[in-house]
Amino acid sequence: MTAQDTSLAARLDRVLMTFGAWLLALLWILPLAYAVWTAFHPSAYETNFTLTAPLTLENFPKAWVQAPFARYFLNTMILVAMTLSAQLVLSTFAAYAFARLKFPGKTILFTLVLLQLMVTPDILLVKNYETMGTLGLVDSILAIGLPYFASGFCIFLLRQTFMTIPKELDDAARIEGEGLIGTLWRVYIPLAKPTYLAFGLVSVSAHWNDFLWPLIVTNSVETRPLTVGLSVFSMTESGVEWSVINAATLMTSGPLLVGFLLFQRQFVQSFMRAGIK
Amino acid sequence: MRRDWIYALLLLLPAMVLLMGFTHIPAIETVISSFFSTPHGRRPAHFVGIDNYLYLLEDDVFIRSCWNNLIYAAITIPASIIIALVMALFVHSRMAGLSFLRMAYFTPTVLPMIAVGNIWLFFFTPSFGLIDQIRALFDLPAQNWMGDPDTVLYTVLVVAVWKNAGFFMIFYLAALQTIPEPLREAAKLEGAGRWTFFRRVTLPLIMPTTLFILVNAIINSVRLIDHIFIMTLGGPNNASRLLLYHIYETAFEYWDTASASAMTVVILFVLSLLAIGQFFWLDRKVHYK
Repeated sequence: MTAQDTSLAARLDRVLMTFGAWLLALLWILPLAYAVWTAFHPSAYETNFTLTAPLTLENFPKAWVQAPFARYFLNTMILVAMTLSAQLVLSTFAAYAFARLKFPGKTILFTLVLLQLMVTPDILLVKNYETMGTLGLVDSILAIGLPYFASGFCIFLLRQTFMTIPKELDDAARIEGEGLIGTLWRVYIPLAKPTYLAFGLVSVSAHWNDFLWPLIVTNSVETRPLTVGLSVFSMTESGVEWSVINAATLMTSGPLLVGFLLFQRQFVQSFMRAGIK
Repeated sequence: MRRDWIYALLLLLPAMVLLMGFTHIPAIETVISSFFSTPHGRRPAHFVGIDNYLYLLEDDVFIRSCWNNLIYAAITIPASIIIALVMALFVHSRMAGLSFLRMAYFTPTVLPMIAVGNIWLFFFTPSFGLIDQIRALFDLPAQNWMGDPDTVLYTVLVVAVWKNAGFFMIFYLAALQTIPEPLREAAKLEGAGRWTFFRRVTLPLIMPTTLFILVNAIINSVRLIDHIFIMTLGGPNNASRLLLYHIYETAFEYWDTASASAMTVVILFVLSLLAIGQFFWLDRKVHYK
């Protein structure tokens, strides 16, 4: 094979690969593009793809007034903020104990933490619902988040990160008179910032999107998160137009979608970091 | 040392109480209730041995859900893993329009499953949906994909692959970036083609990632079922009913908590096997530290 042959073959190879990559990408973005199309056009153009179709924003206010989306947004934001803060605080404490302290039963306890990566609370629907009944929390936002406050995943990620932090830094902070909280605050938390960010993004998108557990444990407008609200909205038999449902769909995923598009690199890197343990 | 113990106790207490309260204890309680009857009003639950399980074996809907879930898993898991790897190889090769490609592949991951269900619902709608419109261009008849028991499972399955592949791509992308460049150069000098390099070098090196993704894909094939609520409600004729959806309905629509517990034990059993498998077998291959 001459040099020219290889370069030709390589170039052809490259073209084919680029073509394949773009084809797959277009295929993958198609459902979303279709949702965007219907949401921004009058309902007459739901299935009529003419480029001259008039653009409109009216589907969004239409959807907005047909269901209490403002309240759903508020509920989801409370849920996500509450869950993430609890997870970060509880996991920081637990991760420090697992990474730096010696105590009996450490291996067993850590195995129990890891087990939660497999057996997640959302599979144990019946018993967790009973627990919420006992605690008198059914139909509250707290009940949606509470089972996830202690995150095995977060404890695990932070423990791995804390273990890479030199013990000398810990000792130095102690000599300067810092207590446990001070050491965590001045040494561990700043050095583990990328891990916190990574887990934060994973957690926010997970709980923003969670559906089955909130569906079970809430039954009023005051507590329902967006996902459940959207399902109630789109399952009503009243014959809501596609374009309006799609506008609602985009609206509810909007903040995450916009956040993702703006911070694409960090997002992808965070998910990567969360994956490599 | 003793001071460490007290600190550890105080630091771990809140997390462990919640962790056990909502995971380990309910898991054990579920196993226990699977041997008891469903309490009705004033009649408390009584011990029934393995009756709940025997009843499940005769329950056609449960058996159907298990089969559906097996088919669902058997197709979504390999399909999403292979597509994820292809995506990662594309993105890793730094071609034109890289950031668009990455965005297109990854975007489904950030969407809620409910929103995804809504979007795809319109895709599959007979005659008006996009798929049928494309078929119409080729003079193919309209088809009710979600109304036909023979095809409905594949519609929910496609959605799961669409949602998962981009997520798994990220992990492959991370793995591909750890392959040292000198290896590639050495292979080139030896005259190894791209395919040989992929098969002999890349594939073995990303094996731990594949196993990690595999475990996640198995868990997702049990857990990620939200789109069923929007798209099919398990129908028609239970043809798209998956295990967790069936548990939900049994527990919260028919309030048969004993059966639901026995079915949850089936899922717990599968996940425990997975956990044990990972503990004894995977840990040796995947380096956590």
